[in-house]
Amino acid sequence: MSTRGRRAGIAVAAAVILGTFAYLVYGGIGENLVYFLTPQELAARGDRAYDVPLRLGGQVEPGSVVWNAQAVDLKFRITDGAHSVAVHSSGAPPQMFRDGIGVVVEGRYHRPGVFESTSVMVKHSNEYRAPKEGEKPAEMYRSLQTDAGT
Amino acid sequence: MTQTTESPPTRETPAVAPMSALWPVIALLALAAAQAFGFLTSPPDRDMGHLQKIMYVHVPAAWNAFLAFVVVFGGSILYLWKRDERWDLLAAAAAEVAAVLTALTIALGSIWGRPTWGVWWTWDPRLTSTAILLVIIVGYLALRSFVDEPERRARWSAAVGILGALNVPIVYMSVRWWRTLHQPQSLPSTVDPAYAWGLRLNAIAFLVLMIWLVRARYRAATLERMRERADEREALGRP
Repeated sequence: MSTRGRRAGIAVAAAVILGTFAYLVYGGIGENLVYFLTPQELAARGDRAYDVPLRLGGQVEPGSVVWNAQAVDLKFRITDGAHSVAVHSSGAPPQMFRDGIGVVVEGRYHRPGVFESTSVMVKHSNEYRAPKEGEKPAEMYRSLQTDAGT
Repeated sequence: MTQTTESPPTRETPAVAPMSALWPVIALLALAAAQAFGFLTSPPDRDMGHLQKIMYVHVPAAWNAFLAFVVVFGGSILYLWKRDERWDLLAAAAAEVAAVLTALTIALGSIWGRPTWGVWWTWDPRLTSTAILLVIIVGYLALRSFVDEPERRARWSAAVGILGALNVPIVYMSVRWWRTLHQPQSLPSTVDPAYAWGLRLNAIAFLVLMIWLVRARYRAATLERMRERADEREALGRP
């Protein structure tokens, strides 16, 4: 290849790469890359929401957690402020699971309106806080054995 | 390393300067000191307890992996522009370090994720884009070992290096652009003051470590290239 041809080749390759990059950043892919749905979006899906593998994310509605340690059965609601969805899981929640924390659950939404979850994941914020005066830092390894969940 | 172990300089290649033994000493001491500082001064996190300490490796490793990718990008661009093989060797050295630091970031993130999130791995945009980054840079290193002809090797790997580095801003911004399980970037400004200096010092220690490793690998790559050239000459039967 001549120098000129090679330069042109590099220019074309660079244009393609930058174009793809720009499309990723400003284009429509961003909207399709949805890791989880919010309860509101789940409600807006109507019939298409049911019986397909989904991820649902939001806040654990305070006061909604019902944890049966003997049966390893967990019920709670996920809320985004506008809507809330009932979630059922038959597995122990992660150690940091509690009222009001952000969660993402994987599973399927079934009629009449319960999200059957196969996996509960806790979303941690990027804020790292030392315990305030009188507060005890979480001793997660111990709390797992004594009282998983709330 | 001492000078006696070096091959004598040939007509075409300049001598490779010996590396100061100070670099590894400084890098490892800085790392040990920064880690000790982090462990001794920071209280356990309110939610995570001592798991918080993982931040002192995970976050600095990620930042310096990004920096190493910037060197890969610069070296690749400059090689394609100037056609000077030293830029290619620099990009290759930085790519090795970038691969190690990216793998370290993923490994520690995973160890942190299991107790915090409840899963070792999930295909959220941050984790997925980071995995792509690792695959590209490992592919870059594999490509280098498969292509024998130095000029072609340099050209092809420059293209892959640029592609990989362009993924870095996507990885960094993924937590802002898309919904993820991974939290937004942890910065000294988002963490309690009790953790901020541990984070800063470890970032600096990892930076020194990264520079040392890139220099050492660049030097090794230059020596390997000299030997490659000597073998070529021998095979062609020239003096």
